[in-house]
Amino acid sequence: MRWLLRKDLVILGRSRLLLALLVIYPVAVALLIGLALSRGPSRPRVAIVNETAPGETLQVGSERVSVGQYAQQLFSQVQPVNVPTRSQAVAKVRSGEVVAAIVIPPDIAARVSSATSQAAVEVIYNGDALEQAIVQSQINAALAQANLGFSEQIQRAAASAIALLLRGGNLGALGATGNLVGLDEIPSVLHRVIAHQPPGPDRAALERVAAFAGFAAQNLNLSKNVLATVGQPIRVHSRLLRGRRTPLNTFAVVVAVSISLMFVCVLLAAGGLALEREEHALGRLVRGLVSRETLLAEKGLLAAGCSLVLAFAMLAGVGAFVTLDWSRAGLWLLALALGALAFGALGVAIGALAREVRAASLLAFLLSLPLAFLALVPAGAVAHGLYDAISAVSFVFPFKATLQALDAAVNRASPSLGSSLAHLAGLTILFGVLARLGLRRAE
Amino acid sequence: MSAALSVRSVSKRFGPLQALSDVTFDVRAGEMVALIGPNGAGKTTLLSIIAGVQPADAGSLSRGPAEVGWVPQQPALYTRLSVAENLGLFARLERVADPRAVVERMLDQTDLRSRAAEQVGRLSGGNRQRVNVALGLMGDPPVLALDEPSTSLDPAQRERLWLFIADLARAGRAVVFSTHNVAEAQRYAARVIVLAEGTILFDGAPSALLQAVGEREDGDLERALVRFLQERVPPAEAIAR
Repeated sequence: MRWLLRKDLVILGRSRLLLALLVIYPVAVALLIGLALSRGPSRPRVAIVNETAPGETLQVGSERVSVGQYAQQLFSQVQPVNVPTRSQAVAKVRSGEVVAAIVIPPDIAARVSSATSQAAVEVIYNGDALEQAIVQSQINAALAQANLGFSEQIQRAAASAIALLLRGGNLGALGATGNLVGLDEIPSVLHRVIAHQPPGPDRAALERVAAFAGFAAQNLNLSKNVLATVGQPIRVHSRLLRGRRTPLNTFAVVVAVSISLMFVCVLLAAGGLALEREEHALGRLVRGLVSRETLLAEKGLLAAGCSLVLAFAMLAGVGAFVTLDWSRAGLWLLALALGALAFGALGVAIGALAREVRAASLLAFLLSLPLAFLALVPAGAVAHGLYDAISAVSFVFPFKATLQALDAAVNRASPSLGSSLAHLAGLTILFGVLARLGLRRAE
Repeated sequence: MSAALSVRSVSKRFGPLQALSDVTFDVRAGEMVALIGPNGAGKTTLLSIIAGVQPADAGSLSRGPAEVGWVPQQPALYTRLSVAENLGLFARLERVADPRAVVERMLDQTDLRSRAAEQVGRLSGGNRQRVNVALGLMGDPPVLALDEPSTSLDPAQRERLWLFIADLARAGRAVVFSTHNVAEAQRYAARVIVLAEGTILFDGAPSALLQAVGEREDGDLERALVRFLQERVPPAEAIAR
């Protein structure tokens, strides 16, 4: 095996393009992932046409809410590009200078104040289906944030007006003159008056008014809470039942490293074995010089070794941008090593079927890509039966097990590292046996 | 003289196809034997069984793979390795006693010393085939099995290759080769074995095959072979081929 390994390393060393790819690939991917995760998502560049009059406000009880503040809320969610007219905004969307345009109409304050017709803003966007979906999602999120902020301001103003009605005093802001009694005080004032009234219809009428005033004060007080509930009807408290909460950025790192490990390992193993057929050397080798098992082990180990170094370099490179627990580096290596062995076995199984390197590479690529997609489909994203089928397919290939092993090693996520490693060991044996069966035919 | 290689009752089946049926022959040391016949006759299958690339379903061989030098039709070489690196690698895989000395000997025998450091992928077809033959000779085997060794070579390269192989036979090796170039078989082989549908139809000197179809001893062996096959193989099967 030593001489075969040496031969393959010499050939690998002479394939300058492949060698450059093996060195540049982890560095480039690690840098890209690191920069993407450390910078956070960029805000969309959006043209905003504010057609409202400068300084326009809407009256809520005694408070005035500035419409300009709504625009400011919106500005904080996007990269705003102020545009004076709708037609200029449309031109900017068409040219691609901005991803979308939002038009705030001049009657927005009047419509909010009317409480009968809903205020609306216009969103204009462009692009293909995917771009439209992304832009629409970003704009909807920005508008939802701005709406929430605006509604909180209106809610505060309404709550303040209710408090004033309950408390009483100078209600000039609400259009009343003089120092008026508050709704809270009316029942006690009325009860004092009723105490001096003789029994009769007047006293009964006053008692009914006092009861209503008490009921109204209680419910008006309650309406402040109702306003707050309407502003944010449901608050979420989440609890994780199993495992450890995995930060999205470190999970993204685990996914990227697992995908790279898979592609490099499967392609190298499949290509390396297919090269023996393409060079017509397989027949010469297996006629007593090297056993088929040794040949498969050599190709699998070479691919696993190269991809392990590459994947660990990627992980270490990303570690410069994302906080990783380096005290668990030994477990990372263990997960990567078992994953690489399983991918190596899958690669030689593919290589044993193909007659030439191109066919082997294409087959390896066509198989690996959907495996990665399938393993990342979350439960609940598809119908129950389909998810079961996807899970079964993912179970018999090494990608999901590698992802879980690496996630457990890096993030302490469930399932446990031990069970994932055992799964990978089983898959290594399974694909090793399939590769041996595929290699029965030497030429 | 005792046989350097004995093939006894060898049979091989690929699914429904009977590739070889009860094939038996001997090759003596220093003898060059040509396997000739139509496409699909079983020549390559027979040679690959002799070389140990694939097992026979039935029958036996007097030599194991380690005692047979194998020269496949397509040069089995690593094109990104140099001539010397290819020779060195296979010398080590063959576990020869002194790999360096064997590489030196092979470079001299194949007259490729000046190209030793050149990558095989840059060599001409003729030189590649010489390295291919050299790899077959690596373990100094008593038997050499060559599958259409002169295919894709120009006339001058073919001439050089056959002289090289004839020298090996003269040195005492038993050489069995397949070819579609019947003139080469007539010129270099002491014996021809005609295979059709996995069965030996004729085993003897080229002159005997000529006589079998009424040709003169110095007649055209290719024409004789065609007539021989037309007479011995049923017409429907000949057309199917």
